[in-house]
Amino acid sequence: MSNSAINFKHIQKTFGAETIIENLSFEVEAGEFITILGSSGSGKTTTLKMVNRLVEPDSGVIEINGQNIEQINLIELRRKIGYVVQQIGLFPHLTVEKNIATVPELLGWDKTKTQSRVKELMELVKLPYEEYSDRHPNQLSGGQQQRIGVARALAANPQIMLLDEPFGAVDAITRKELQKQIKLIHQELNGKTFLFVTHDINEAFYLGDKVMIMDKGKISQYDTPKNIIKNPETEFVKDLLDTIYEEESLWRMLK
Amino acid sequence: MIEYWRDYHTRLIEALLDHLQLVTISIVVALAIAMVVILTCLNNQKWVSSLTYFFSALYSIPSYAFFALLIPLSGLGTTTAVIVLSLYSEYILLRTFSTGIKQIDPTIIESARGMGMTDHQVFFRIQLPLASKSIFSGIRLALTSIIGIATIAATINAGGLGTVLFDGLRTQSIVKIVWGSLLTIFLCICSNVILYLIEKFTLRNLELED
Amino acid sequence: MTEIIQYFESNGTQYAEYLIQHIRLSMIALLIALIIGVPLGYISYKHKKVAEFFTTSSQLLRIIPSLAILFILIPIIGVGELPALIALVFLAIPPILINTILGFNEIPAITKEVAAGLGMNSNQLMLKIEIPLAIPFILNGIKLSLVEIIASANLATYIGAGGLGTLIFTGLGLYRMDLLLIGGGTVTILSLFSMFILDCIIRKVSKNRVEFSN
Repeated sequence: MSNSAINFKHIQKTFGAETIIENLSFEVEAGEFITILGSSGSGKTTTLKMVNRLVEPDSGVIEINGQNIEQINLIELRRKIGYVVQQIGLFPHLTVEKNIATVPELLGWDKTKTQSRVKELMELVKLPYEEYSDRHPNQLSGGQQQRIGVARALAANPQIMLLDEPFGAVDAITRKELQKQIKLIHQELNGKTFLFVTHDINEAFYLGDKVMIMDKGKISQYDTPKNIIKNPETEFVKDLLDTIYEEESLWRMLK
Repeated sequence: MIEYWRDYHTRLIEALLDHLQLVTISIVVALAIAMVVILTCLNNQKWVSSLTYFFSALYSIPSYAFFALLIPLSGLGTTTAVIVLSLYSEYILLRTFSTGIKQIDPTIIESARGMGMTDHQVFFRIQLPLASKSIFSGIRLALTSIIGIATIAATINAGGLGTVLFDGLRTQSIVKIVWGSLLTIFLCICSNVILYLIEKFTLRNLELED
Repeated sequence: MTEIIQYFESNGTQYAEYLIQHIRLSMIALLIALIIGVPLGYISYKHKKVAEFFTTSSQLLRIIPSLAILFILIPIIGVGELPALIALVFLAIPPILINTILGFNEIPAITKEVAAGLGMNSNQLMLKIEIPLAIPFILNGIKLSLVEIIASANLATYIGAGGLGTLIFTGLGLYRMDLLLIGGGTVTILSLFSMFILDCIIRKVSKNRVEFSN
């Protein structure tokens, strides 16, 4: 139990008459890279947003490192959790450096510490400080913006990272590159827990230590990629894998 | 109040009609110029935007000052008033027209071109109908604002409801001020309603109603 | 032309006085309108109902000519500099208010969500994100207000507040072209100049803020 970073217990969420999440329980161990896979409306984004309380559950308990998140000060909780979204949400009026330094500045770090942290992070996401720190977001490509988004989320060294389809809006080649990078970053940063929402099956199985497949507000299967492929537990997962196999056979046929 | 109307309604109605005439001539002139500008600069956004900026500068000249500056050129009276009012509405019309046209989904224009339409066909068959909403709102906006500004034209003997207002001011007569204001507001509302009906009718014919 | 030079030679101090009166009146009116308009705009942005009320009422206000507003106010507040000021503030608030509301509403929801997700409290969100992003719109409101004020300050002459309008009215009364040109010209320059300055500031401030997230 001491190793559990995120723990959902019987979470329920409805919007109006619609049930988005139905009695959801799962556990994530510290240091794991979890991908949450599902189509739109499956509740995957809602699940993610409940971790940093952008969405509040109707019932149930969510624990982070064994502590109920409702008992943690909201602002403190959020500063301990990195958050990256598809639309990136870089602040358009701030330079790259200021964007990354947002949380350190909120935390009142001194200037030299903040600057060296920014440099370190820009190196991590492979955008040299000298060249990019003074630019504004609109002077960067989509892929570069997203890497700055990741760097910003990592700034205050959060133990948990939430990523909501971060690479959904970039082209296929850039996406592949970014996937490799995020995997490397996770390995380099030893011990950080990543929760990564996606609707791209390849992405989910490539990145995840474990994949959580969601359908209509419930977990369809939650296991390592290998185990899921070896024995799919539900019809939904079987169908999902079948579409992949079909694609594969198409490519083979064309060769 | 009512007594004043009974005694002087011919004068008030005359002022109202003068006002209406002044505003109508100005908006028609402005509309004609706007169409010419938009048509000739259809493929040159730079021209349109610099022209719009030029007119926005003219728009920012206070009407008093504008009248004052034009008097040595075009004298006292209706001509000067029409020039100033047309220039003011020109800015509003150009701005709303060009944003209306810019808002059209570029893929629609592209597919129209792809079907082999000429620039003029694209304009009359696609851009103009699709921008008609903004065009109508532009005309309404322009009318409302020049109906107000036209009151000031009374100072240069162009007639209109401004004569009633300034008269009231000179003689400290609240009744005249209130009648002048009420009729101006009445004119605004009426023209808005009429334009709104025309707009509804046109949009229905174009099947653009939502 | 010679008449204009002559005027400046003999009435230079009077001209300066009118000019200063005009600018002073405009600036004070703008300042008061800002103090009232911007916070009101922020409140409207936070409460939809308030915003609706203000937007509708300023639209109604639009169709009343500013001349009428000024005139109707006379019996209520009298003649002189203070009533002129009140009338000008009244005319200047709507553009500032509407554009402030617009500026805050234009902030993308995702930007606010991310800022909250990074752990900003509502004060920090306001100071670091909302206000800086709304500034170009607020400045645009200031521009429109200022143009409106400078124009209407001419009418203020009518209720005894002095200013450059005096020159225009005297010019009209005596049919003196030189006075018309001096008065009209100065007001025009004043108006164009303030518009130009504010446009420069707006361009500078919003240079790097083009929409990028879509």
